[in-house]
Amino acid sequence: MNLAQSGLGTAVAVGLLSALAALLVPHRVRTAVVGTGTAVCGAAGVASGIGAIGGQTFSLTMPALLPLSGITVALDPLGGVFLAVTGAVVVAAGVYGIGYARHGLDGRLVQAVLPLFVVAMLLVPVVASVGTFLVCWELMALWSLLLVLAEHKRRPEVAVAGRWYAVMTHLGLVAILIGLLVLVGNADGDSFAQLREAARHLPPGVADLVFVVTLVGFASKAGILPLHAWLPRAHPEAPSHVSALMSAAMVNMGVYGIARVGFDLLGGGSRWWWLLVLVLGAASAVYAILQAAMSTDLKRLLGYSTTENMGLVLVGVGAAGMFAAAGNTVLAGLSLAAALLHVINHAAFKTLLFLSAGSVLHGTGSRDLDELGGLRRSMPLTTAAFGLGALAASALPPGTAFVSEWLLLQALIHGLPTAGVTTAIVMPVAVAAVALTAGLAVASFVKAFGVGFLARPRGAGAEQAKESPVSMLIGMGMAGAASIVLALAPTSVLPGVGSVAARTVSAPDPAVADAVTVRLSGVAGSLSPVMLAIALLVTIMLLFGALRLVASRRARRTARLWDCGAGPLSARMEYTATSFAEPLQRVFDDVLEPETDVDVTHTRESSYLVAAVEYRRRVPDRIERRLYQPVLTLVSGWGQVGRRLATGSVHRYLGYGFYTLIAVLVVLTVIR
Amino acid sequence: MSALGVVGGVLQPLLVAAGAPLLVGVTRQVRARLEGRAGPGVGQPWRDLRKLLRKEAITPRGTSEVFRLAPLVLVATTLVVAVVVPFVTTDSALDPVADLFAVVALLALGTVAVALAGLDTGTAFGGMGASREMTIIALVEPTLLVAIFALSVRVGSTNLASIVASTLHDPARVISPVSLLAAVALIVVIVAETGRLPVDNPATHLELTMVHEAMVLEYAGPDLALVELASAMRLTVFLGLLANLFLPWGIATTATALAVLGGVLAFALKVTLLGAVLAVGEVFLAKLRLFRVPELLAGSFLLALLAVAASFFLA
Repeated sequence: MNLAQSGLGTAVAVGLLSALAALLVPHRVRTAVVGTGTAVCGAAGVASGIGAIGGQTFSLTMPALLPLSGITVALDPLGGVFLAVTGAVVVAAGVYGIGYARHGLDGRLVQAVLPLFVVAMLLVPVVASVGTFLVCWELMALWSLLLVLAEHKRRPEVAVAGRWYAVMTHLGLVAILIGLLVLVGNADGDSFAQLREAARHLPPGVADLVFVVTLVGFASKAGILPLHAWLPRAHPEAPSHVSALMSAAMVNMGVYGIARVGFDLLGGGSRWWWLLVLVLGAASAVYAILQAAMSTDLKRLLGYSTTENMGLVLVGVGAAGMFAAAGNTVLAGLSLAAALLHVINHAAFKTLLFLSAGSVLHGTGSRDLDELGGLRRSMPLTTAAFGLGALAASALPPGTAFVSEWLLLQALIHGLPTAGVTTAIVMPVAVAAVALTAGLAVASFVKAFGVGFLARPRGAGAEQAKESPVSMLIGMGMAGAASIVLALAPTSVLPGVGSVAARTVSAPDPAVADAVTVRLSGVAGSLSPVMLAIALLVTIMLLFGALRLVASRRARRTARLWDCGAGPLSARMEYTATSFAEPLQRVFDDVLEPETDVDVTHTRESSYLVAAVEYRRRVPDRIERRLYQPVLTLVSGWGQVGRRLATGSVHRYLGYGFYTLIAVLVVLTVIR
Repeated sequence: MSALGVVGGVLQPLLVAAGAPLLVGVTRQVRARLEGRAGPGVGQPWRDLRKLLRKEAITPRGTSEVFRLAPLVLVATTLVVAVVVPFVTTDSALDPVADLFAVVALLALGTVAVALAGLDTGTAFGGMGASREMTIIALVEPTLLVAIFALSVRVGSTNLASIVASTLHDPARVISPVSLLAAVALIVVIVAETGRLPVDNPATHLELTMVHEAMVLEYAGPDLALVELASAMRLTVFLGLLANLFLPWGIATTATALAVLGGVLAFALKVTLLGAVLAVGEVFLAKLRLFRVPELLAGSFLLALLAVAASFFLA
């Protein structure tokens, strides 16, 4: 029994036992037992995934366990990457949950569902037959739905978010079901091996259909435009460690699905598939980060940022597919490696960010940036964690996302010289989209960190904030450590990820990494994040020393802020998140279509004197309004029409049954 | 790491740090003369720095470590860039460590540090400056990266030394449409990034028009000296980048004393000339309204995109 196999076995067993323990152990120790169990389950998943990336594979068939299809498990390197990422997120979220769940989330049901969700999610990238895959996929969605609804009694918005999530995830499931069943219908069985065999001689239209339909389902799970509407609702309303699990781990399964179906089961396919993926990814990235830049809700901002990062990942996946279809395997491997590395990096920093946002929520009771501020003094460790996460997310050196976005840009710019006209048009536009995304991400995270954590408190909650318990800090610390390692030593994961990517698109290894420097192979390019960080640090220290020598030795003095001579500044005069985003909102006015209302109340004496001015601004999701609202209106209209049929009379319903039976019999006699 | 790289790595940051205030002095002097004033002389920025360094350090009430560290980060990022970019010598001490993307990102990191410091003060001015600066940064990024794309196509790499070396080998490329379009796009970007007219006015202290100055309003004493030095160095670095990406002649390719001296002189000359041209331009320009700036940047983005298109279709 190798590491991959024993790790997976342990993960499933420990996860199920934790769920059982949640129902049995007394209330006092419940969160500790479940949290520890979940973390162990995640750690076993990481071990198994690393084993699989290292080349250990195994497969297992249990025909009796599930009716009709049986359970088929086969772990390969591609699945191993996603298994390891999920496991790592689970470890941090599990430990964090011990402290976080103490406040109202320690009921039997919620605690039992968490490990079940984790097990289902760990199994998705491992299973290898359509039946098993769909069961795990649906279980993952259902358990996460229950977790999203955990706090529905406290806030009414949770129920709304839950409904959106429930409907959209099931529409996604239906799409995936249809796509995969069409594929199964052309094969001898439903195991992935048989599908791979069948895909070689599929009629061309069928492969296209399968890819596009499954793409719809998987893209909705990854929060890709225009099926993203559930994500910025459900992720903020879930408990924060669940948000981290969903945002850092579950959305990755959408990417996994696209890569599995597109590259593995269907074996590459035509170029327009991947062009579609790339365009969807680029549009999602730009649109979502623009919404994040406008957002004043901390967790909603992070939710949109998830869509943005998944968009960037899909740009990489799409470029990989386009290069592979054009026969340029070097760049295909490089693009896919960039995408996979970004999945890993995003998981690390998004876990960190959601966990620290949860810590803020725990300490202040608010996630509205306009009410926060000044947390640096009361919550120094959370502030440090969020700061690290913000640096990682904004693609600046020495941050985590910088390395993967650098790889992605390298892949895109090297595609031009050998390309056809389509590629020559797509690549520069993709580079521009990635660049705009990076720029807006910087603005968003400067806003989130600068307004939320620095300056002075803007609300009562922020004034009385207190630091979170140790277990939450440990959870954040784990995610932070992972972010730092990935930022400074991407060379530790890049060879593994590169070889997986290369194998998936049958290419040579895309990058050679020694201890400090990443060097691309096949194209020119090198980067050493750790040397860059050291150079920065050394320069700062030299400067500090030089300043001590040159500058005056007098002690630092505190002084009043410049208040234009008008007396002390109050928190009301500070810039808020809304005002910070205002210039960007004006620049992108045509895209965002914000709604602003100004109500002026005049005094009774004269209409020239103003008693009060009320200003409201809302930036609604435009796609949601233009695309979803008409559909929802239509459906509810049909519902109204349908209601006329249901009057409540039992006779009528019996009559419907009778006439339907007659109609069916008539139809059968006619066509038989 | 070659001897040439080591020489460049030591010489370039020193040259940039020492020369940057002089460059600012030159631009101010040129402006003053064109406006009919005598001007304070080229050495005035250095005298200002000396004065500021002797004053006591001030911490405005309620500010945190972010505020105190930001000037150090700003200067440090610029110095690291000065080590990486081939200004005086074609080899760089940190050659495989960072490429053009990394240089751009490092400079952005410095801006972000100052923007956070502006927000950290909790004043309306600080927030306003940070918000405006971040808007401009976000819009500049596409132009910058697409222009880099255009420059890297013919070389097949974003490595700065390779780009400079390739231009040295094939001088005719400088007047190709790709180079010219990319150069114009980059000039607009540099004007925006260094906060010069018509995007930002470095001499203003009027709240409606401030961008950079609003963020650093609370700095005093040695901290202000660092901020001032850094903004002068950023101007030098950007002008040097522009000069050497398109007109790299004079740069030292061997580690002999004569070649290095020639490299230093050529760099100083090019940057001073560009600074003087910038100053002349500023005399004839008024500041754009903040919300007209995106139009300017969109125009430069279009040029950058055309440069990439030209590199493919005209190649």
